[in-house]
Amino acid sequence: MLVRDLRLANRRRGDMANPLIFFVMVATLVPLGVSPEATRLAVMAPGIIWVMALLASLLSAESLFAGDYRDGTLEQALVAPQPLWVLVLAKITAHWLVMGLPLTLMSPLLGIMLSLPPAGYPALLASLALGTAALSLLGAIGAALTVAIRRGGLLLSLIVMPLYMPVLIFGASAVQQAVDGMAYGGTLAVLGALLAFAVMLSPFAAAGALRVGLHG
Amino acid sequence: MTFTQWFHRLGSPRWFYQASGKWLPWLAAATLILLVAGLVWGLGFAPADAKQGNSFRIIYIHVPAAFLALAGYYVMAVAGAIGLIWKMKLAEMAMRPAATLGAALTFISLFTGALWGKPTWGTYWVWDARITSMLVLFFLYLGVIALHYAYTSRDAATRAGAVLALVGTVNIPIIYKSVDWWYTLHQPATIKLTEAPTMHPAMFQPLVVMILGFYCFYALALILGLRAEILHRERRTRWVRELIGEDAV
Amino acid sequence: MFQFDSFQALVAMGGHGFYVWISYGVSLAVMAWLVISPLKRKRQVLGNLKRQQRRTVADGRRTGEASY
Repeated sequence: MLVRDLRLANRRRGDMANPLIFFVMVATLVPLGVSPEATRLAVMAPGIIWVMALLASLLSAESLFAGDYRDGTLEQALVAPQPLWVLVLAKITAHWLVMGLPLTLMSPLLGIMLSLPPAGYPALLASLALGTAALSLLGAIGAALTVAIRRGGLLLSLIVMPLYMPVLIFGASAVQQAVDGMAYGGTLAVLGALLAFAVMLSPFAAAGALRVGLHG
Repeated sequence: MTFTQWFHRLGSPRWFYQASGKWLPWLAAATLILLVAGLVWGLGFAPADAKQGNSFRIIYIHVPAAFLALAGYYVMAVAGAIGLIWKMKLAEMAMRPAATLGAALTFISLFTGALWGKPTWGTYWVWDARITSMLVLFFLYLGVIALHYAYTSRDAATRAGAVLALVGTVNIPIIYKSVDWWYTLHQPATIKLTEAPTMHPAMFQPLVVMILGFYCFYALALILGLRAEILHRERRTRWVRELIGEDAV
Repeated sequence: MFQFDSFQALVAMGGHGFYVWISYGVSLAVMAWLVISPLKRKRQVLGNLKRQQRRTVADGRRTGEASY
């Protein structure tokens, strides 16, 4: 399933790139809307980059199960011999590999655009790598709940946004702490704990939600 | 009567509809008495706060509403869980009224909090840990309600709402802890929100009355909502037809 | 002991009347709505059912058999 998803993603590179382009484009709006002054941007950079990443992840979460739902693969997965949560986990992993990982790798570019102080980059990379994985996991629950609903995208954001908040808080704080020259290892550890918790909970919740969504 | 028997009877919408009809007058009376007593006491007789003056009287509505808003989420989630696991009809039916009720109470506590904040701190809104958490709770409620309305199949709506409510329940402590942590990180020096000072008994007693009143109100509103939901869902059953028959003929 | 000298003083709340009364007013309005709306819904459901039943009974008489 994982390999298949990755192959599919590779075939639809356009879809895959859209959230990333969104990520960069919104970042250019910030200086236009606020101020091009480096000092002012630097203050906001950690928070803004993290909010952008969150929105980009949210945007792409909708497509997590949508394709499989439309072509019936999901129906087959429900009756497949493997437990459903394994498949869900595979799909989430694929989602992170085509979304979260590139996003993390692109974040230094945004850091430069928003004049993030140099001390923040390691924390930015580390927190986004952990954080986007947690976001993918949480987004999967929302995506599973809304997959059977037409125009579920907006609803998905409404549902998932409150669940994203702890990740945002700790992710952005880690970067901020790094910029301020403080130790941020503890904050990253909490982010890791959130991720571990999400790994334990989310595949089961999403699998349950898929069953509910498809069969009532 | 054994526990399982009791459980099954409680789960029967018909039994609940008939039994709750008998409870309602008592519950309504208790709610009315407690709320009126608490309101008159709190508005007229409790002493004004030394620092905040009379604006502090908002506490008598703000705190009970916040209490029930939070407890209401657990009521909703537990109802959802019981509905999911044991397929108890009554619990499934309770989800929707509980969500509406909880969202409304959260709104009340946010609204009164803002109006209390203006004379006390000079601003309607502060990004304080408790206020922010309350806002997140409001969003969680809205999510459940929105999901409910989005499904065309009623059963799917109920179960999807239940799954979301359960996920939310697991997340509430995490969200609260992280918001708390975030707030201590950014605590602004100018605004210091002190913890509720040890209250004078003369101020505290009406608050207890109001909290009890709100609990009764919550039960009352939930039962009313549940009864409407029961009639709507069971409208094709024989007992509801007989019920109308009695009234109509 | 009653805290206010006059009705005006109760309304004014020492200058905080606006905040206090608005918050109580809106809260009570919302709470009233929470009680009234399920009652209204119940009446609506019952009304619909009654109308339906009357129609069924009338149909039944016309055709000479109970229709469901």
